[in-house]
Amino acid sequence: MQVDPKTYRVTENSKVGIIGLIIGIVGLALSGIGYMTDSAQFFHSYLVAFFFWLTIALGGLFFTLLHDLVQAKWSIVIRRIAESIMTVLPLMALFAIPVFLGIHELYHWSHADVVAHDEILQKKAGYLNVTFFIIRAVVYFAIWIIFALLLYKKSLQMDKTKDSSILVKLRRISAPGMILFALTSTFAAFDWLMSLDPHWYSTIFGVYVFSGSFLAVLSFIILVVLYQRHNEVMRQTVTVEHCHDLAKLTFGFVIFWAYMGFSQYFLMWYANIPEETVWYLHRWQGDWKDISLVIIFGHFAIPFVVLITRAAKRSFPVLLVISVWLLFVHWVDLYWLVLPNLYNHEVHLSWIDLTTMVGIGGVFVWYFWRRYTSQPLVPIGDPGLQKSIDFVNI
Amino acid sequence: MPDNSRNIYGVLAEFDGPASLLKAARQMREAGFTKYDCHSPFAIHGMDKAMGLKRSPLGYFIGTVGLTALVGMTYFIYWTSAVDYPLVISGKPYFSYQAFVPVIFAITILFSAITATLGMFILNRLPQLFHPLFNSPQFKKVTDSGFFVSVEASDPKFNKVETVSFLQTIGATEVELIGDEQ
Repeated sequence: MQVDPKTYRVTENSKVGIIGLIIGIVGLALSGIGYMTDSAQFFHSYLVAFFFWLTIALGGLFFTLLHDLVQAKWSIVIRRIAESIMTVLPLMALFAIPVFLGIHELYHWSHADVVAHDEILQKKAGYLNVTFFIIRAVVYFAIWIIFALLLYKKSLQMDKTKDSSILVKLRRISAPGMILFALTSTFAAFDWLMSLDPHWYSTIFGVYVFSGSFLAVLSFIILVVLYQRHNEVMRQTVTVEHCHDLAKLTFGFVIFWAYMGFSQYFLMWYANIPEETVWYLHRWQGDWKDISLVIIFGHFAIPFVVLITRAAKRSFPVLLVISVWLLFVHWVDLYWLVLPNLYNHEVHLSWIDLTTMVGIGGVFVWYFWRRYTSQPLVPIGDPGLQKSIDFVNI
Repeated sequence: MPDNSRNIYGVLAEFDGPASLLKAARQMREAGFTKYDCHSPFAIHGMDKAMGLKRSPLGYFIGTVGLTALVGMTYFIYWTSAVDYPLVISGKPYFSYQAFVPVIFAITILFSAITATLGMFILNRLPQLFHPLFNSPQFKKVTDSGFFVSVEASDPKFNKVETVSFLQTIGATEVELIGDEQ
């Protein structure tokens, strides 16, 4: 991989995209076989994998919305990474189709005969029904895609025109975007993950999923930066200072995630109402208890201790390991949200878990990489670019 | 050059702006001065590096106290609710650590914050009601428009004549000797 240091355009691309595409297609093909052998397992694995990559794409959208809204300076040099991540959202809309096809395998509120014998589901039927579920999903994706593409288009326009008044437009777009993002991501988490157990409810659930989502995208961005540095690309542009700031945000969101996770658990534990605690009971029985402990320690305690010092936040090897680890535990977290729906007591890891992950992931990475390398790797039209390059932590 | 002193506290040199102060700070360090300080109306980026200041040890104090508070409070709450005066509350075990997390968390934060505040005062040797630099009427400008370098006489490199001329060569617009009495 080589980049022209003046225009920040890629002159010689690496094989990341092609390798991603090949792995993705192989993974999806194998997942197709998985569908034929065990469709229930396939749809649950697929939902985890789909949501894993969707949360990264949404994290990219949130990062860009936040950046444009506050007109952050330090993050200008990594903005293009976040922007390219969010442009994968149209692709993720395509990947949502199998979830709709598997709606009867995944969500038992979608069966009319189940609802007929279930008083609670009858009361919820106005919201939890197949038609409205799909309409909502279309609305969420429409909102995300419109904002993602609008912000991306304006940003590219600024590359060409160097017109700094576009910054104001970006801010005007991202302010309502932020509000809509909060609502849509919350309800998307309710619809696709929480309604797997339709009797159970938690108002903080959307924020919990969002916090994991932002953590995942930060890890993803750090990995992209580290990959660039590994290839000796833009080492003077995206420096250790930017990695330090990304690591600070990661550290903060490790705590935020734990705060949300604990807040959700705490109230239910205290109130001790069976209809609420049953969700945690399923996740504290048999093998699931081990997975819960992995999440508590792996998603909070270990990254918290590792990232607490300044030296760790500025160490590339530490950041590499912790980013890969955080992406892994983010997957475990989603697995823990979805799979108890299928296996009540024992954890059955399946090969389909892996193939769906690398299947969607490979295509995701290919699409992201193609978008990212087709434009200047930093927003060259942004008047704050030099300030961002020169940025140092006090 | 005014010399209003019997015992000399040090030398105060004025510079004309943040950029020249930054440059002067670097030259002072390179010249080997150790007991000097820079004074400006606002924080100047890069000053720590120019002066070669080490990172404050405050974080380690806060970390130690915070961890002690965490462990201490966990033990304390265990002792009160499970050992000394065990009570069954809403059918939960004596040591229901979940209920104690917010308290332990808050105490950890509280002790850390107090340590940070007090530690900042102690490390900065505050409160300090008088400082010999206040002897200079010029120094009043430091709160709005003055940029100063002060060198203490206790610096091993300090020499009444040479230090003054050195400060003048690195761009000081005005240099004065400061006495250490009120």
